Amino acid sequence: MADHPETTSSTATRVLGIASLASIVVLVIYAFAVTGPDVRLGETVRIMYVHVPTVSIAYLFMLANAVCSVMFLVKRSSFFDVAAGASGEIGVVLLGLTLVTGMLWGRPTWGAYWVWDARLTTTALLFLMYVGYLTMRTLPGNPNVRAVRAAVVGIVSAALIYPVHMSVEWWSSLHQGRTVFGRATKAAIAGDQETALYIGFLAFLLVASWLAVHRFRVGWLADRAAGVEIDAAVAARRAEHEPAVSSLGQVKP
Amino acid sequence: MLRDAWLVLRRDLRLEWRTRTTVNQVVPFVLAIVLLFAFALDADSATLVRASAGLFWIAVLFAASMIVQRVASVDQRDGVGDALRMSGIDPAGAYIGRTLALSAQLVVTEAVLGLAIVAFYGIDLRGLGLLAVTGGLATLGIAAVGSIYGPLVAGIEGRETVLPLLFLPVQAPVLLAAARASEVALGRGVGSGWPWAAMLGMLAVIYLGIGVATASTLAEET
Repeated sequence: MADHPETTSSTATRVLGIASLASIVVLVIYAFAVTGPDVRLGETVRIMYVHVPTVSIAYLFMLANAVCSVMFLVKRSSFFDVAAGASGEIGVVLLGLTLVTGMLWGRPTWGAYWVWDARLTTTALLFLMYVGYLTMRTLPGNPNVRAVRAAVVGIVSAALIYPVHMSVEWWSSLHQGRTVFGRATKAAIAGDQETALYIGFLAFLLVASWLAVHRFRVGWLADRAAGVEIDAAVAARRAEHEPAVSSLGQVKP
Repeated sequence: MLRDAWLVLRRDLRLEWRTRTTVNQVVPFVLAIVLLFAFALDADSATLVRASAGLFWIAVLFAASMIVQRVASVDQRDGVGDALRMSGIDPAGAYIGRTLALSAQLVVTEAVLGLAIVAFYGIDLRGLGLLAVTGGLATLGIAAVGSIYGPLVAGIEGRETVLPLLFLPVQAPVLLAAARASEVALGRGVGSGWPWAAMLGMLAVIYLGIGVATASTLAEET
């Protein structure tokens, strides 16, 4: 990367971007043209092709956030801090999308946008927890201390991911059971619907990765820019004394 | 480590004994919740009995949030936190001591709150063994998270608003498991309450593990 880059893109991200766009187009075709309505869920099954992949990829990015947080505490490299921030942000966006699509699905299926179901409630709490994590990252103060605090919050927050994922089984939830990684995978979804779901996974993984790489680079550049500002301030302070040194030939106290 | 835990436990309990914050401020606060909740539900006794377990644990969470805020502000005042760091006390020991002190204050709050709910809502107490185990494990889990987040937000401007945002959502699994186990113990839930108690134990161990593992980092760098 150049000293003063004007873009966060590279050949790799352009390829990733094009692949993301192509996979979204394939997903739209599969979701609306290839697959038909479900026997039980009707047309609303098409929401599943977005809802299930977004929540799975959100979990993945939140786990990545926890791993990067641990790595930051171990290695103390700002690389892991910035990576944790980027993965946390993408995780929150995807989880927000999951909640919105879930509510859109709930209205025709359950007759309400929101029901006080264990899976919905714990997912909303997980979302709020990561909003808290992002809030922690934006608080003013020493960047190193802030990074340590955020890393600890990231690790604690990850402890809720598994209970949220298992909540449909633990609390006999209204929400349907696990669609893909459950024990009754084949009974839950099959054929073109299953293919559409897997295309959804791929599409959202590519889009999320593309966004995460760009967000990481923005964060990295912001870090460097903050360093440059400090260096410039130090250089300016030194420069205030330099004319006096050269004209008098001695260092002023 | 245990010696340091004992020192910090004694310090926190002595501070509480001298200031009486839990007894004078937190306990009246949770009693106000009990009464206001009854007003909000139009004193419908059937609803109050049904909601009592969840309400109890919600009130405990609010109380815990208040106590953690206070401990964090005490540690910020007059360089107490710095003095603790300079004293050479093992951070993991300090964390355990803080957790036990917070647990003790919560147990006092829970005892008064429980008696108030039994008296005001007309609860028929039973399943005392399960209630005691649930109470102990849930309290430990709540205190374990509180003792991580208290020092973590201590130096932050606006910690009063940041702490509840971080602290309350992370307690969701504890709240759900504790409320379900308490409902079963009181004869209103379905199935056995012991798996919920086991889950509370698991959560307490996870949170305590994270707290001990990160105590040193937080003590040195926040």
